[in-house]
Amino acid sequence: MRSLLKSLKSGKVLISDGAWGTFLHEKGLKSGECPELWNISNRNAVLEIAKSYVAAGSDMILTNSFGGSPVKLNHYGLEDRAYELNKAAAEISREAAGNSCLVLGSIGPTGKVLMMEEVSESDMYDGFYLQAQALKAGGADAICVETMSAIDEASLAVRAAKKATNLEIICTFTFDKTKAGEYRTMMGVSPAEMVNTVKEAGADVIGTNCGNGFVNMIDIVKEIRNVDAYTPVLVHANAGIPVLVDGVSVFPDTPEFMASHIKELIDCGANIIGGCCGTTPAHIRAMVTEINKISQ
Amino acid sequence: MSELIEQISKCIERGKVDKVSPYPPDMRDQEGADELSARAIEEGLGADEILKACNSGMQNIGDRFGRGEVFVPELLMSARAMNAVMKHLKPFFQSGTVKAKGKFIIGTVAGDLHDIGKNLVSMVVEGNGWEVIDLGVDVKTNKFIETIKQHPDSMVGLSALLTTTMGNMANTVKEIKSLFPQTKVIVGGAPLTREAADQMGADGYARDPQGAVGFLNGMLYS
Repeated sequence: MRSLLKSLKSGKVLISDGAWGTFLHEKGLKSGECPELWNISNRNAVLEIAKSYVAAGSDMILTNSFGGSPVKLNHYGLEDRAYELNKAAAEISREAAGNSCLVLGSIGPTGKVLMMEEVSESDMYDGFYLQAQALKAGGADAICVETMSAIDEASLAVRAAKKATNLEIICTFTFDKTKAGEYRTMMGVSPAEMVNTVKEAGADVIGTNCGNGFVNMIDIVKEIRNVDAYTPVLVHANAGIPVLVDGVSVFPDTPEFMASHIKELIDCGANIIGGCCGTTPAHIRAMVTEINKISQ
Repeated sequence: MSELIEQISKCIERGKVDKVSPYPPDMRDQEGADELSARAIEEGLGADEILKACNSGMQNIGDRFGRGEVFVPELLMSARAMNAVMKHLKPFFQSGTVKAKGKFIIGTVAGDLHDIGKNLVSMVVEGNGWEVIDLGVDVKTNKFIETIKQHPDSMVGLSALLTTTMGNMANTVKEIKSLFPQTKVIVGGAPLTREAADQMGADGYARDPQGAVGFLNGMLYS
């Protein structure tokens, strides 16, 4: 069986994939459309994205299932199709990945706040459970619970995914820099708090994604490493903070820029590096080239 | 300020909703915003005075949020405490004893389903004494336009979380401003910067809920 932890054992830094959401929009996904429905209605477009990352040299790719929890699909009236859509997402990425590349089943936040009682704990847990189950059934090698900001939701998602699949679980949070210069999620969680809680919930790999560009990621990895020297760390960085050009949001960080910061990120303790919003196969290819240079 | 008013203000700032609420832990078993405001009305304190207590409590927590000292959960609890007070004040708004400062239409733009930020702004603005018309998430431009037609004296707030919906936000701003040049439009959300807001032609940008309150109140006296 393919194992992310085993792949990391050699000590080689692995490269993940780049953006899916912004890539789907480039392929014609309209805002307001359900991205996960494309796994059925525009299967080829999704497959092309997956393949383009495999071709760029990714050691692992994600799945088009970020918003695939029934709680979130509910907005489109698609909650009853959650299993089908998530399974299809994993099947597509599996098809592109073949045997050598790993597939990480993506699970994003529900957008609902537990403490405001917008959703019950059991509904949220059951939703994540079903999503993880479907991703495994479609061929995912591991589950990536990503872009989390609330500690209670992240813990529920990790626990549900572990229980449902017994696969390796990755969990990443999105941090912002406060005015005082500290990194916190919008719910107030610090990198150190994240590490302790999600490991306890059963995460095998921890990390950070999205956020405000590559350079902040270096600080965040350092903070994680201050409290945890051993757990593998994954970083999925945005291609900078988007700027509006002619009414369209454009991400400023080039493949060269991102590749040039990789060494620093590795030196402070990152084990898996990839992109988030605005990154493309070109960004991934530049990172792969850089990694190969470094490890020579 | 009477002691009761001060206590209400403190409950708002700390997010103490009612007696049974376990939050915040250090105020467990104490009376909350709900009980205290009911008692204040019974004792004949003016609704406007109680509203002022809400304002100062929300202002304090909003400022601390803006400084990055507290985060979304704290602000949400404060907003909840404030809602508990507002329930008691509703009859006074309906009878005209207290008047809202004005109307504020708010919504998350088309294609964007995120409502946490929008809800925070909505609650904080309401707590500051504004009537809020919340259009929800994934709000098409037409919906904003229709609502402005029904409430021509209102100001408008647009929210976006996704980088991919910033373009929709820009279009909505443009259409509103072309049809209603006098209507003030303020934008906010994670991917936004003041520069992006300026480029869209918005009248204001708020990086946090208190920023939106500041903008609205500023327009009132300008």
